[in-house]
Amino acid sequence: MWFYKTILSLPVLVFAVALLGLIGAQARARLAAGGDVRSLAALPRAHGMNAALSVLIPVIASYAILSFARMIGRHQGVEFLTDRTLFWAVLAVALIGCMGAILRFSARFRARAASEAWINAMLIAASAVAIMTTVGIVFSMVFEAASFFKQYGWRNFFLSTEWAPNFRGNSALGILPLLWGTLYVSFIALVFAVPVGLFAAIYMSEYAGPRMRSIAKPLIEILAGIPTIVYGLFALITIGPMLRDYLAQPLGLGDSASSVMTAGLVMGIMLIPFVSSLSDDAMGAVPQAMRDGSSALGATRSETIRRVVIPAALPGIMGAVLLAASRAIGETMIVVLGAGAAARLSLNPFEAMTTITVKIVSQLTGDTDFASAETLVAFALGLTLFTLTLCLNVVALMIVRKYREQYE
Amino acid sequence: MSDTANSLLVQGARTRRRRAAEARFRAGGLAAIGIAALALNVLLTSVISNGVGAFKQTYITLEIALPEAKLDKTGQRDPAQMAKVTTFGYAPLVRDALLAQVDVAGITTSLPTKEIASMISKEAVATLRDHVLANPGLVGGTVTLDVLADGRIDGYFKGRVTLQSAALDGNTSPEALRVAQALADEGVIGTRLNWRFLTAPDASDQRPEAAGLGVAILGSLYMMAVVLVLALPIGVAASIYLEEFAPKNRISDLIEVNISNLAAVPSIVYGILGLAIFINFAGLRQSSPLVGGLVLTLMTLPTIIISTRAALKSVPPSIRDAALGVGASKMQSVFHHVLPLAAPGILTGTIIGLAQALGETAPLLLIGMVAFVRDYPAAYSESAGLFGEAATALPVQVFNWTQRADPGFAERASGAIITLLIFLAVMNIAAVLLRRRFERRW
Repeated sequence: MWFYKTILSLPVLVFAVALLGLIGAQARARLAAGGDVRSLAALPRAHGMNAALSVLIPVIASYAILSFARMIGRHQGVEFLTDRTLFWAVLAVALIGCMGAILRFSARFRARAASEAWINAMLIAASAVAIMTTVGIVFSMVFEAASFFKQYGWRNFFLSTEWAPNFRGNSALGILPLLWGTLYVSFIALVFAVPVGLFAAIYMSEYAGPRMRSIAKPLIEILAGIPTIVYGLFALITIGPMLRDYLAQPLGLGDSASSVMTAGLVMGIMLIPFVSSLSDDAMGAVPQAMRDGSSALGATRSETIRRVVIPAALPGIMGAVLLAASRAIGETMIVVLGAGAAARLSLNPFEAMTTITVKIVSQLTGDTDFASAETLVAFALGLTLFTLTLCLNVVALMIVRKYREQYE
Repeated sequence: MSDTANSLLVQGARTRRRRAAEARFRAGGLAAIGIAALALNVLLTSVISNGVGAFKQTYITLEIALPEAKLDKTGQRDPAQMAKVTTFGYAPLVRDALLAQVDVAGITTSLPTKEIASMISKEAVATLRDHVLANPGLVGGTVTLDVLADGRIDGYFKGRVTLQSAALDGNTSPEALRVAQALADEGVIGTRLNWRFLTAPDASDQRPEAAGLGVAILGSLYMMAVVLVLALPIGVAASIYLEEFAPKNRISDLIEVNISNLAAVPSIVYGILGLAIFINFAGLRQSSPLVGGLVLTLMTLPTIIISTRAALKSVPPSIRDAALGVGASKMQSVFHHVLPLAAPGILTGTIIGLAQALGETAPLLLIGMVAFVRDYPAAYSESAGLFGEAATALPVQVFNWTQRADPGFAERASGAIITLLIFLAVMNIAAVLLRRRFERRW
């Protein structure tokens, strides 16, 4: 039998069976109604729909479950399900679904409710994808990270200040220099992005007229739409050499184009729209009555903003800053191209340093051996990064949500 | 206390101070917007000025003699037989053609023939061979062919390489540039629009002049197809459930926080997920657009869900109530009435999600899309399955080129960025127009 091998035959057959069910169940309902559909609890169309869904949804579910079981089997070294068995099993599910739906027919059967139950199941499955993704993220890292810690020891990983991977073994894989680089770059980025973003938001929400706003807001949003690789290239070919030639070398601070400063500055530009749009939302949510009250007492606009609007919007602004910080810590391309690859614990911002994300990329690209600590360390790094950003995100989201409820 | 302090007509010191503070504050806001605009401006100018050269290319027009004795010893014009002559057999023909052109133009030079020959791209010989194999009838005569100039010569005509920089460069010399200039004056060398940049595959480290984006654009298109086919239905279905059907309890609250968090998970973490789950566990093929598409789907889902929910939320409840009132089920009211009304908003969100996915780089590095790929990937093949053949993607190609030593690749990388930005601009403008055209205020 050749046909179970080609990719199209299974979907085509399944759809044919579904169509058969659709037409069959509908015809049976029409026949039973004898020209007066009012004698049925559901329209013939609903019977047909129910039959088609009784084929499609069990087929999708059984295909997914069987393929997953097969994968697990393969990892245990058992091949218990051939392509051929899978093909016939799924086709059998389709036929059973089709026959079941047609045979189940009765005049009192509420086919609309039944078909909607199928759709509801599908909707729930789709929302479960979001949860599965999180589970997948955690699972993909936990096992490999655990086997890394078995090989290397968590104490050395979290407390060592030396990072010197060596593919012949005997590597030093301490996270501290990477963590330092990550936090330093993020700090510089935030020092640049928070004031600029905040002032831009203040101007747009409190001073700008509709015309100015309609120009400035999209302009800043363009910055958010630019892919990070573009910022990375910008750091590499423009900002890096510029900072080196005009700042670092004349001041005698170093002569590397890739540096914490380069990456931080460019990342700061990237973060401006994050800070500004979220802060703008937060300030926009402050009731106008509060501003009016302040003006009525004789405060100038800036006094109103500083003493009334910003304190009232502070939780939202804090949320924005935390989300921006989480972005900065997890950002990859800008630091890969702008910050350098040398793990270093230094205070000089014009020196090349490296970050967690850079090392994840470098340990997982090229020839990788998933048994060695040098590769597995990437999963431990990934898990640390995920945990770090998760905490920031959750705190930020909590603050933003709680605050939003206050004024709504 | 002086009189002026209390006058309404003259500003007191305190008022002046407050007014000045006000002006400073306002100027600060304006400056912030100015900084953002300046940054955007510098960024775009730098990328465009660096990259626009990639869309032009320097060619050398050569009349190449194709002697039968060298290219087709059997005289049968049988391509299978002729294919036995490798590029080494063609190299002298190209070199001699250029030397002849130099002679014809009457250029005297101290340059050894080897260095004159190095003015032609190494790709040219392969181009000639392919051309001859495709048209066996040409053997025995001469053919006029535009071949690629070497990267340094190309750079000279674009202003990237100067006589000063050539003096320090081991790959070219000021004398070679002078010869090139003389040939250009004769019309033998010319620079023109370079469509090959968008269609040709990547080229090796030595040949930036031959590198193109064909494979990368194809790979990106495949991935976008996967993302669209998976993320749109799943995202819309999930949003419908969460917005219209989910009971308001702890679980749906958890899902909500979960989705907001997924939208903020670093993209590289999705790359680790793709590597561990799709490649190592599920056994899908490395560097395939299928795996790339799956990873980008998971990344795009939160964006699509968030914007779809906003679109559904903006449809007023009266629409639902009216549908329920005439006997529609809850499901019918959603699918027949709410969803069509929310469609423009959903589509806008989807396009923006796709644009985000198109520019994403980091996760693709981890699933092996940095590999050097020269063959155009097929959408389906018997051995690799659907979207299973190795490919690269636009942003990854940019990264790839930045890692190469030859400065010609910096220009290519910027050119690729311009291409990427044009794609993104088109998508975003489409989203904006869609929103303008169909947006409904209730």
